[in-house]
Amino acid sequence: MYAWIWRRLPGPTALRLLQALLLIAAVSAVLLFVVFPWIEPHLPPNPITGANTVGQ
Amino acid sequence: MSSEDSGGWDFSSAAATSAGGLGTIPPVPPPTNVGTPGSGPGDPGRPGVGNRVGNLVRTFVRGVGQTLITLGLVLLLFVVYEVWVSNIFAHQRQNKVHQQFSQAVQKGQDPLKGQDRLNLPSGKQIVIPAGEGFANLYIPRFGKDYAWTVVQGTASGDLERGPGHYTDTAVPGQLGNFALAGHRVGKGEPFLNLDQLVPGDSVVVQTAGNWYVYKILGDAKKYAAASKLTSKSQRAAAIIDALSSRDSQGVPGREIVTPDDVGVIAPVPDNPGLTPSRALLTMTTCHPKYSADQRMILHAALARAVPVKGNAIPKELPGGTL
Repeated sequence: MYAWIWRRLPGPTALRLLQALLLIAAVSAVLLFVVFPWIEPHLPPNPITGANTVGQ
Repeated sequence: MSSEDSGGWDFSSAAATSAGGLGTIPPVPPPTNVGTPGSGPGDPGRPGVGNRVGNLVRTFVRGVGQTLITLGLVLLLFVVYEVWVSNIFAHQRQNKVHQQFSQAVQKGQDPLKGQDRLNLPSGKQIVIPAGEGFANLYIPRFGKDYAWTVVQGTASGDLERGPGHYTDTAVPGQLGNFALAGHRVGKGEPFLNLDQLVPGDSVVVQTAGNWYVYKILGDAKKYAAASKLTSKSQRAAAIIDALSSRDSQGVPGREIVTPDDVGVIAPVPDNPGLTPSRALLTMTTCHPKYSADQRMILHAALARAVPVKGNAIPKELPGGTL
C-alpha cells in the first residue's frame, strides 16, 4: 500500500517526500480531530467510584 | 514475464525501491538464487503457476504486515489524542460551561436557586439540572489560573466538560459531603495534580451567592514536622503519612481506594449510614496517573463561608480581601 502510494506521487524525490509528509499530516489530523472524538464515546468507559460514573 | 523481471509484478519492484531509501537508490533485484535453489517465488527460470502463486502469497503477506503496522500507528495516535488532544476539546467545552454559568448568575437564573447556605441540613435535597454548571472551584496551590466550573453529574459527557458533582451528594456548604469527580490525565485533566495537595490546603468553592473555603484534612502537626525533613524521599513519605491520618471522625485527608469503594463519597466518608455533623468536600480521580486501577480521594472540611460581595474574592485566593 505504502509503495503503491509512493509510486503514484509525482515529481522528484524531494517533492514526493514533501507530499508524503503532507499526506501523513492530513491523515493524522482527520484521525485526531474527527475520527477519535467521534469514536471515543462508543468505547467502553472505565468504571469509577460508584455506579453511574465513568473513567477519570 | 521475463526471467530478468525481479519479483514479477511492478508492486514488488517498487517496494524494493522504497525500501532502498525512498527512491534514492535504483531498484535492486531481490537476491535470487539465495537459499534453497528453486524455492523462491521470484526464482528466474521458473515461469508459470509457481511464480504467480508466489507473488500472490508475497503480496498478501506484505499487505497483512502493512495493515498491522498501520493499526499499531493508529493506536499510538489514539494515545496522543487521549492524553493531549482531548484536553483541547475539553477546555473548549469547559469555557462554554463557565460562560453559561456566569450568564445564568447575571440573569438571576442560578441553577442552585440560591438555596445553598452554610451548614444547610443534610436532609435537604436540592435538585440541580443535569449537566449544568453551578459552582466554580479554585485551588490556590495549583496557581492563580486554576479555576473550573463544576457541572452537575458524573456521566462521561459531564466529566468531559469539567469536574462533575456526584448527584446525590451534598451541595456546597451543606452538612454532608459535596463530592466531585474529575479526570486525572486528558479530557481537561482538572484533577491532574491532586497528589500535590497537603493538609490545610484551601479548596475554594464559589456559588452564585456564597464563597466556601474548605481545608484539606490530615494531621497538621505531622505535616509541619514532615515539611522540616531534608531528605526528599523521607519528606514525601512523611507528608503522605500526615495526609492519610484520620481525624476524630475517621476521615483522612487523602486515601487511595479501589474503584468500587463508594463509601468515600458517603455523607460521612468511609462510614456510610452515619448522620453528618459537618460540611465536607471530596474529590475523586484516577490513580495512578495514566491508569484507572485505583482512585485517589481527597477530603476537605469546610472552614468558613462568606457571601459573595461584588468582585471581591476570599483571602485564601491571591489578592483576596473577603
